[in-house]
Amino acid sequence: MLDGIESVSQIAAWLASGRTLFLIIHILGVACFAYIIYRRLVPLLRAERDPRFDHLSARLGKFFKYWLGQWKHPRYKVAGFLHILIFAGFLLLVARAFTVLFVGVAPNFVMPGFSGRTGEFYEALTDYAATIVFLCMIFAIVRRLVFKPARYEVPARYGNAHKADAIFLLVLIAILMVADSLFEGAKAAALAQQGPPVAYETILSLPWIFNSALASASVHRLGSFYFSGYLLHEVTFYFLLCYRPFGIQFHVETSLFNIFFGKLNKGAVKPVRWGVSDEQLEQVKSYGVKTFEDFTWKHMLDFYTCADCGRCSDNCPANAVGRPLSPRFISIKARDYAFQHYPMFGAPGDGKPLVGNIYSEDEIWSCTTCGACEEECPLLVEYIDKIVDLRRGLVDDGNVPQSLQKPLKALESRGNPYGKMEKKRADWVNEKVFQQSCAIKTLDKNNGADTLYFVDSITSYDNRMQSIGRATARILDHTGENFGILGAAERDSGHEVRRFGEETLFLALRDQNAEAIKASGAKRIVTADPHAYNALKKDYKDLPPVEHISQVIAHAVKSGKIQFKPLENADKVYTYHDPCYLGRHNGVYEDPRNVLDAIPGLKRVEMTRCRDRSFCCGGGGLMLFYEPKEDQRMGVKRVQMAAEAGANVIVTACPFCMVNIEDAIKVAGLDGKMSVIDLAELADQQLKRKIPPAGATGFAEAQQECLGGR
Amino acid sequence: MEILVCVRRVPDTSENEITLNGAGNDIERDELVYSINEPDNYAVEEALQIAAKAGGNVTVVTVGGEEDEEILRREMAMGASQGVLLTDTAFNGSDGRGIAAILNAFVQKGKYDLILTGVQAEDGGAQVGGMLAAMLDYPFASLVNSIEVLDGRKMKIGREIEGGNKEINEMDLPCVLSIQTGINEPRYVGMKGIRAVASVPIPSYGAGDLGLSAGNVGPAAAKVRRVDYFVPSLGKGAEMLNGSREENVEKLVELLAAKGGLK
Repeated sequence: MLDGIESVSQIAAWLASGRTLFLIIHILGVACFAYIIYRRLVPLLRAERDPRFDHLSARLGKFFKYWLGQWKHPRYKVAGFLHILIFAGFLLLVARAFTVLFVGVAPNFVMPGFSGRTGEFYEALTDYAATIVFLCMIFAIVRRLVFKPARYEVPARYGNAHKADAIFLLVLIAILMVADSLFEGAKAAALAQQGPPVAYETILSLPWIFNSALASASVHRLGSFYFSGYLLHEVTFYFLLCYRPFGIQFHVETSLFNIFFGKLNKGAVKPVRWGVSDEQLEQVKSYGVKTFEDFTWKHMLDFYTCADCGRCSDNCPANAVGRPLSPRFISIKARDYAFQHYPMFGAPGDGKPLVGNIYSEDEIWSCTTCGACEEECPLLVEYIDKIVDLRRGLVDDGNVPQSLQKPLKALESRGNPYGKMEKKRADWVNEKVFQQSCAIKTLDKNNGADTLYFVDSITSYDNRMQSIGRATARILDHTGENFGILGAAERDSGHEVRRFGEETLFLALRDQNAEAIKASGAKRIVTADPHAYNALKKDYKDLPPVEHISQVIAHAVKSGKIQFKPLENADKVYTYHDPCYLGRHNGVYEDPRNVLDAIPGLKRVEMTRCRDRSFCCGGGGLMLFYEPKEDQRMGVKRVQMAAEAGANVIVTACPFCMVNIEDAIKVAGLDGKMSVIDLAELADQQLKRKIPPAGATGFAEAQQECLGGR
Repeated sequence: MEILVCVRRVPDTSENEITLNGAGNDIERDELVYSINEPDNYAVEEALQIAAKAGGNVTVVTVGGEEDEEILRREMAMGASQGVLLTDTAFNGSDGRGIAAILNAFVQKGKYDLILTGVQAEDGGAQVGGMLAAMLDYPFASLVNSIEVLDGRKMKIGREIEGGNKEINEMDLPCVLSIQTGINEPRYVGMKGIRAVASVPIPSYGAGDLGLSAGNVGPAAAKVRRVDYFVPSLGKGAEMLNGSREENVEKLVELLAAKGGLK
C-alpha cells in the first residue's frame, strides 16, 4: 500500500509541508526523552556498585523466560492474559511505530525487510495488534473503574490512589492505537478513491473500521483525517515516551534491563558491600542502606521498574495480617522519593535517612523474608536484599527493637538466642528411651563420620523441637548412615542473624561453625531445619554438600532403604505446608510430598496457597522474638487455610513452622480438631523397622512432649 | 555538660543458670557469661541522650579488673567518649561503701556536672549511688525514670514511687542520680561497634593514683561482710486454675481485680 503513496499527490503534499513540523516534533521528542533518561540515570551512577554483568547465559535465559516469555504473568489469570496480549501487541508494533515516525519526514520510508509480501503481512498483523491493544486498554480501564481489583487500592497511610494516573496512561495508549488506525484507515480510503478500488483486508480491525467509515468521504477530508491522525499519533507517542519515566509505565523501558540484571542466586543475601571481602569488611565505616544513595544501582532500577501491579503485597503475609509492611510501597515510596530527591532540573536535595522519613522501623522489621513478593513479581523486583540492607543500616546505628537485643546478645555470648549454656546444646540426645536405641557421636578432629547432622539452636534447646532432632537421628540411623553431631561446638547457623542485619555477628557464628564442620571431616551435611539448610548452602562457603532431611528420606524411599507401614488412623486428612526456606528459596517441593505419598493410606490434600505460593507461618529464628504490630498472626491464617482445604493434620518440615503453627492452632481455637507434625516425625513414626527399638515413638513422643508444654 | 556514669560488670541473669558453689558462700562462676549491669546500660543511654541535647561528654567508669574493660568498651561503642578502669588489688573485697569511696576519690580528680548510676547492681544492694552522693555532698535521687535538663544548672527529675506513680523533683547540678530501667530504650551495640573501639586506650587508676589507702577501701574497711548464700525454699503461694479456658479467664480476671492488678 505504501508503494501507492506517491501517486496520491494531495497527501504527498500534506506530508511535504508537514515535514518540517514533524522533524521538529521528532527532535524535540527524542531530545526530551534523552534528557529525562539522563536525569533518571544520575542516582544510578551515584549508587553503590552491584556486579550484574556476569553469567551472561543465565541472564539471557532470564530475558527469554521472564521478559519475552512473560513467565510470571499467567499467575494472575485476567491481568496476566491481558498483559501478555498488550506486551505481544507492543512488540509487534515496534517496527510499525518506527516506520510511521520515519514516514513523517521521509514519505517513502520502508523498514528494511518489510517490503513486498512480508510488508503486507506485517501490516495486516499490526492492524490486529493495534486493535487488540486498543481493546485491552478499554478492558483495563473498565476493570479499573468497574471491577476495581482490591490489590490496586492504596491504603490511606500510603497516600493518594493511583487510579487516575493508571487510567490516564491507559487512555494515552488507546489514543495512540486510535490515531495510528485512523491514519492507516484514511490513507487506505484515499488510495482506494484515487486508484482502483481495493477492499481493506483486515476485517474488523480498527483501521478497517475507520476505512469503512471514511470510504465515502472526500479526498480532501480524508487528507485531513490522515494528517490529524498522524499528528495525534506523533504527539501522543512522544508525550507517552516522555511521560512514562514519571510513573508506573517506566517499566516499558526498564523491564528488559531489570530482568536481564535480575538476581541469580535466590535465597542468598547480598554482601554488605559488593567488592569488599569479609576480611576487609572491618574497614567499612557504615553498613547497610541509610540514605537513598546507599542502595545499589540495580535496586534503584527496581524502584523505577515497579509497575504498581500489587501482586507482591497481594501475596505478602505481613501485609495480609495487617503488619505495617506492603512490599509494593517499599518500591513506590522509594521511587517517589527518588523522583523528588533527584528532580528534572537543579541539583539533588540533601539525603535524608530513609527510615524515619519514607519508611518506618516497624515496616522494616515486619518482613519475615519469606520471599512471596519476589516469587510473584513479573519484573523480578528484589525485596529481601533491600530489607536486609535497611536493617543493616538500623543495626549499625543501634536502632534494634528491644525485644531483639537480648537474643542477639545471647547469640554473641552463647551461640544461641535463648542464652542457654553451650554445654547443654546436645542434651536432647540424652533422653532415656532415645539413648537406648540410638547412640549419637559427637564429631571433632579425632572422631569423624561421613555425615554431619547440623541440628541448629531451636532443635537443640527447645523441648518440643528436640523430638524433631531425635526423629531425624533415628531416620539417619535407620538408613545405615555413619553420622554424628557437633554438640557443644555447634553454634547457631546465623541465618536470621544475617537477615536481621547483624552481619558482624553472623560472620562470627559462621566462622565458628565452618571451623567445627571442617574439623569433623564430614563429607555431607544433613539438617532438618530449612533455615540452617539455606544458611549452610547459601551463606557459608566451601562446605560439603547440604541436604534437608526430606530429601534424604525421599531418596531412601526411592532406593528402598526406607519403607513405611500403613497409617493406623485412616480418617485423618493431611496437608503439607511448604516452609519458605525449603520451598520458595530452594525449590524443594516434590521430595516432602513424595515422602507423604509413600506412606500407605495417607490422604493428602493441597491448600490453595501451596508450593511457591505457600503462606509464611510467621517466620523463624529471631522473628520469634520480634513483637510485631499486627491484627492477626500469620500462623492463624495458615491454619485456617488448612482447615478450608479439608485437612486436619498439617505436615511441615521446619521447627519454626512447628512453633508458629502449634501456637496458631490454639489461638484459632482448633485444639483437638487440627494437629501439626514434622515430616521427620511422621516418617520416623511410620518407619517399617525390622526390630522396633525399645519404646520407639515418633508422634507419641512428640505428643507427650507437646502436652508437657514448652 | 560532663557526665560520669558508674557501671558494673555482672553475671548475665538471662544467659546463665545460677547455682551455688560447694561451699555455699558464692555462686558457681566457672561458666558464667558476664555483661553490663542492665540498669547501668540505661544510665549510659540516658547520659548519651542528655549529652546529645545539651552537649558535653560521657565518661564511663568501673571498679574492677582487666576483664571489666569489656563492658567499658561496650559502652564506648554505644557512644561514651571515654572509659576509665579503677583497679587495684587493694580494692578487692570492698563493700558498697568501699566502692563508693573509690568512685568518690575518682570524681574528686575530675569535674563532673552529673553522675549517674544504675538503680542497683544485679548482684548488689542499690547502695553505691546514695553513698557516693553523700560523700560528695551532692543532691541525690534514686529510681529516676525521667530527666529533663532545664536552663541554667537545673534539672527536672521524675522518680518512680510505689504503685506505679511518679513524682517530679527539681534539683541543682552537680548531682547524683540512680537510673531506673525503662527510662529509655538503650541502643543496640553489636560486635562491629565494639571492634571499632577495641584499640582505644582505657586509662586505669590504682589506689595510689586516687590517694586511697587500705584504711578506706578493701576488706579492712568493709563494714558489711557476706556470711551466706542460699536458694530460698519454694513457698506455697501458687494457685493452679484447673477449669475450662473460659472459667480460667473469668477466675483470673477476678483474682487480678481483687489484688488491685486491674483498674
